[in-house]
Amino acid sequence: MNTPLSHYLILSALLFSIGFAGAVARRSAILVLIGIELMLNAANLNFIAFWRYGPQAEALTGVMFVLFSIAIAAAEAAVGLALVIAIYRQRKTAQVDCMDTLKG
Amino acid sequence: MNALDPIFISTLHWLAGLAPASVRPLVSMLLVIAGLMAVFGSCFALTTILERKTLGRMQNRFGPNRVGPFGLFQPLADGIKMLIKEDIVPFSADKTLHFLAPLALTVPVWLAFSVLPFGRNMSAIELDAGILFFFAIGSASELAVFMAGWSSQNKYSLVGAMRAIAQMISYEVPLVLASVPVLMAAASLSLPDIVQAQSGFALGWVPRWNVFTPWGLAGFALFMIAAAAESNRCPFDLPEGESELIAGFLTEYSGFKYALFFLGEYLGLFAVTGLAVTLFLGGWQAPARWLEWFPSWGWFAAKFSALIFLFIWARATLPRLRLDQLLNFAWKFLVPLALINLLAAAVWLKSGVWRFPAAAEIRWLLCAGLLAVPYVWLARNWNGVAPTQRHYNYAE
Amino acid sequence: MPNDIAFYLIAAFTVAFAVVAMTLRRLVHCALCAAAAFAGLAMLYLLLDAEFVGFAQLLVYVGAIAILIVFAVLLTRGDEVCPGHSQSSPSWMAGVAVAVLVLAGIAIAILLSPSLHRLAPSAAGAPVKKIGEELMTRYVLPLEMVGVLLTGALLGAVVIAMHEESEVKRPAGGPASRRAEPEEAMSLR
Repeated sequence: MNTPLSHYLILSALLFSIGFAGAVARRSAILVLIGIELMLNAANLNFIAFWRYGPQAEALTGVMFVLFSIAIAAAEAAVGLALVIAIYRQRKTAQVDCMDTLKG
Repeated sequence: MNALDPIFISTLHWLAGLAPASVRPLVSMLLVIAGLMAVFGSCFALTTILERKTLGRMQNRFGPNRVGPFGLFQPLADGIKMLIKEDIVPFSADKTLHFLAPLALTVPVWLAFSVLPFGRNMSAIELDAGILFFFAIGSASELAVFMAGWSSQNKYSLVGAMRAIAQMISYEVPLVLASVPVLMAAASLSLPDIVQAQSGFALGWVPRWNVFTPWGLAGFALFMIAAAAESNRCPFDLPEGESELIAGFLTEYSGFKYALFFLGEYLGLFAVTGLAVTLFLGGWQAPARWLEWFPSWGWFAAKFSALIFLFIWARATLPRLRLDQLLNFAWKFLVPLALINLLAAAVWLKSGVWRFPAAAEIRWLLCAGLLAVPYVWLARNWNGVAPTQRHYNYAE
Repeated sequence: MPNDIAFYLIAAFTVAFAVVAMTLRRLVHCALCAAAAFAGLAMLYLLLDAEFVGFAQLLVYVGAIAILIVFAVLLTRGDEVCPGHSQSSPSWMAGVAVAVLVLAGIAIAILLSPSLHRLAPSAAGAPVKKIGEELMTRYVLPLEMVGVLLTGALLGAVVIAMHEESEVKRPAGGPASRRAEPEEAMSLR
């Protein structure tokens, strides 16, 4: 293992910013959700990298955190996509700039 | 044990020893990969012809018997036919995805063979979480089905792909749940450890395989049903039934790509059968101590062939399930039974310390009862309708 | 040395697919490239000796979430793109600029701190047995709560995305109408 920790952290920051840019700059609600998933994944990578390179690797804290994060991300993706489908059914569109009113 | 047992490993070591020391690990890995591909590739060819002949015999006809003795060169003829067929890609199809879908299906399935223990000390990779790797790889091939169906830009392909994916994700749950009691009993996720945990003989002659326990028997049945559904085998082959949707998500594929899909499907069947042998039938272990002269990989092959025959038999005998019947069966029958199986396995494992007289019989009756009562109740009532007396109208 | 090459290859693969996932026009291609990016991340976890997490990432993200996204794309007809319709929101440049600023901030913070340039200590394992023990002793409360959360999310997703039946006329007065009110307030008609 010769790659320093900073390489992993910069990779994770890069993925986070890509996910962020996609979530903010695209119109489709589903792409926003994909961007959010990418951001969550980047944070998970950060956790695992710090767990591996950190002082107390036998406490498995990073691994536990990431396992729970993956489970919660799955739950959030399911509910988010169900919401997008429900909104599509009502407004016939899945673009975020059309979801700007609480009426209906 | 015996001389034939380590023959594959000795050959591997000798061949790898011929290479210079620096590339020896790489060469050994490549040899293992080549060996696996050769064995399971020829197994695929053999299975296609044996299946057709067995189906034929069960349907009171000969199978293919023109090409070669007893038709045994039929896979060669089939292979040549597939390879020289024209590769037709629809005009409006998504070219990249259409090309990548067969690859995305076949490549993960080859990976699944790397964790199966084929004999004593004969698994290609010994992973700490081997069974999780297996299931992860299996679930990665579902996206390939979608790619195939969607990229063909054909309504029938898309509907077929959606049905196939719904079926595969529904039956993943009973598949994984049915294997969890085995993990509980073996206290490990590593497949060689699971095989080791099934060693020894109870009462002096009954092997301690998982299938000889009440939860193991139920788990084995659940696993085989879910495995048939995962590989789109009859009676769960709605996604590729010719009378339903032409060929489902395979409609727009011809020639070599179709052959790759075919290969991927059969290899998936082999992988999950190998896993069933490992989890429930004791892997490479012999059924009796006096039979241990037969090499361990031979026992694995024998059990494997028996299970493949079981699948072929089911294909010949059972009619195809409709989509809603299929999905209801998975969610309303198999999943509750798999959860109850988990409970029964927990009761079995915890009651292993009972020492009062007739403890073993009570243990068996308790666990079998825990499984049989919900099974009968669910099987009679799962469709929401209690069975009524059937009335047959015969012609007078 | 081989680990280094593996890291750079997998990192390049992941970043490339992530960028492509965020910029393509057709949603199905975006979803599939995102699945490839998730697979790349799983390989990175395997490089970092976190086997269980890597396989769990493959099982959950590639095997379930990617399929969920694909189904959602198909159910919302996300693929039928009008030619004149812009795919990016009007203020996309501001968004990308903020993302670049975030990246620059974090990267500068990383590059300037000396303690983050260390190499890995000797092999830390995450044996599955240890993970199981931790889940059952130290993390049993989060485990149970995640179970409840997943059940709630499953039921919620099914209820939200269910096809609404045509409105049933309820008799006026009595508990039926009181029950009908919150339901109609929640249903998206």
